[in-house]
Amino acid sequence: MSAGEILLAGRGIRRVWGGLVALDEVSIEVRRGEVHALIGTNGAGKSTLVNILAGEIPPTAGRVELLGRDVGAWSQPRRARAGLARSYQRTTIFPEFSVLENCRLCAQAKHPRPWAFWSAAARCETSLDAARRAAVRVGLGDDLHRKAGLLSHGGRRQLEIGMCLATRPRVLLLDEPLAGMGAEETERMLALIEELRPDHGILLVEHDMDAVFRIADRITVMVNGQVIASDLPGAIRNDPDVQAAYLGEPA
Amino acid sequence: MTTSRPAIVLCLAAVAGLALYPLFASDFGVDLTTKILIYAILALSLELLVGQTGLVCFGQAAFFGIAAYATVRFSPEYAAAAVWWLLPAAVAAAALFALLMGALSLRTRGVYFIMVTLAFSQMAYYVIHDTPVGGGTDGIYLNVLPSVPIGPTQLLDLGDPLQFYYVALGAVVACFGLLALVLRSRFGRALAGMRANEQRMRATGFPTYPYQLAAFVLSGAIAGVAGFLFAVKDGFVNPELLSWHLSGAALVMIILGGLGHLRGAVLGAFALSLLEELFQSRELVGGFADHWHLGLGASIIACVAFLPRGLIGLPQMLRARPGGDSR
Repeated sequence: MSAGEILLAGRGIRRVWGGLVALDEVSIEVRRGEVHALIGTNGAGKSTLVNILAGEIPPTAGRVELLGRDVGAWSQPRRARAGLARSYQRTTIFPEFSVLENCRLCAQAKHPRPWAFWSAAARCETSLDAARRAAVRVGLGDDLHRKAGLLSHGGRRQLEIGMCLATRPRVLLLDEPLAGMGAEETERMLALIEELRPDHGILLVEHDMDAVFRIADRITVMVNGQVIASDLPGAIRNDPDVQAAYLGEPA
Repeated sequence: MTTSRPAIVLCLAAVAGLALYPLFASDFGVDLTTKILIYAILALSLELLVGQTGLVCFGQAAFFGIAAYATVRFSPEYAAAAVWWLLPAAVAAAALFALLMGALSLRTRGVYFIMVTLAFSQMAYYVIHDTPVGGGTDGIYLNVLPSVPIGPTQLLDLGDPLQFYYVALGAVVACFGLLALVLRSRFGRALAGMRANEQRMRATGFPTYPYQLAAFVLSGAIAGVAGFLFAVKDGFVNPELLSWHLSGAALVMIILGGLGHLRGAVLGAFALSLLEELFQSRELVGGFADHWHLGLGASIIACVAFLPRGLIGLPQMLRARPGGDSR
């Protein structure tokens, strides 16, 4: 597997809600070893795009390719098993379970064995091992037995990414992982994304522009359901259309 | 979910107590407790769906009643059927109906799910009630109780109330044990995950529909065990076994006992049945027994209001009470 290989692609994606065109001919590629940031004003269609890529909602038209295969007809769980993991804008974890159990359950998706009713889930070393490693990797190694709901906001967001990692994904769709985080938590999360970059393709939806320009290898800008620019960060920063539409009037 | 050591000890003590109970009890007591044990299996089956999977099914009586009717209908008229095939056949009938009901109702969620499951069970009720299949309002008799043959000899006489009591007790323990095993397995943990956060489970790679459908079928099968026992105990079935009243009673049992715990289902079955007996008993409540629904209803409301976590949460509440014996 070479760096730069296209892991996830949306091609010509269109989504219509009644009379409203939420996405119009949107194409995007996520490559291995790359953080691809998706920015845009509220209502630009970023979350809709992520939901379509993840298989949560179907597109009205267009193709989604995962690891080179057309996965348009695949359900969300099937795409997830094939290596597509996502975090949500609103933290989506199991608050009543321990940190370890949150990760273990996600790791279990790779070794589901639902018929083996006699064997205890908590004794599956394969899943436990993957869960521990994922938790340690996101910095929750000391909180394995803590109830997930008792973690700080930042801790819960880290856990959600840990839960993604426990499934050993190839592609990560991160929907505003920095939302509501303090400065220190933001730094920790950015360091984590940095660390995950070499082995994964990462699509990062984010409002924090400083963070985006620091970490992204490529930036796609959406306005009103359309991609108005997709380029390297330096070029995006100087793109007059982007400045006008999104970053404010040029100084 | 881990079960604490004291809870396990208490469960074992309860089983031992129930095993010794017939030594001291009257015939009436044994009969009543047998009935409660059968309801406990029904409550356990519903707890799997409601408490563990997060699917509020309002049609559990349909599985119970279908298995009871199957037990009678499948039995030859003038000979004893061997339980070795009759029980699986009755359970399969209930499981098959659960498969059908689950396959369609699981396309809905929340209050719609409750209503669709109720609608299905009412359909089954009216089929039994109004067609020749079920013998109408009066119900049908099981002419010859099933036999329990081992080679040429009979292992048990199901017509003997005492022996049947132990069969029912064994069935409760077996169903409880099976469910406890299932809940700690990967399948059970996946169900718990779906109850907690279905969206995350799908995003993680679990196809939720087949999991929930499997839980539904297992639940129907266990309710079917209860229905089989009920038909054999009374030697008689009538359409009320499929009525929504029984589905509702099963829900009250698990809520009263404490959702989320298998123990709660068994405790709730005892609590509801004993409360009902209490308020119906002329010796204890006198003329008020004519209005037993009132007393039962009021006490259930009181329980739900003051014990939000059910009877199972009572010790914890007493410990945590301000001014009480807190740790």
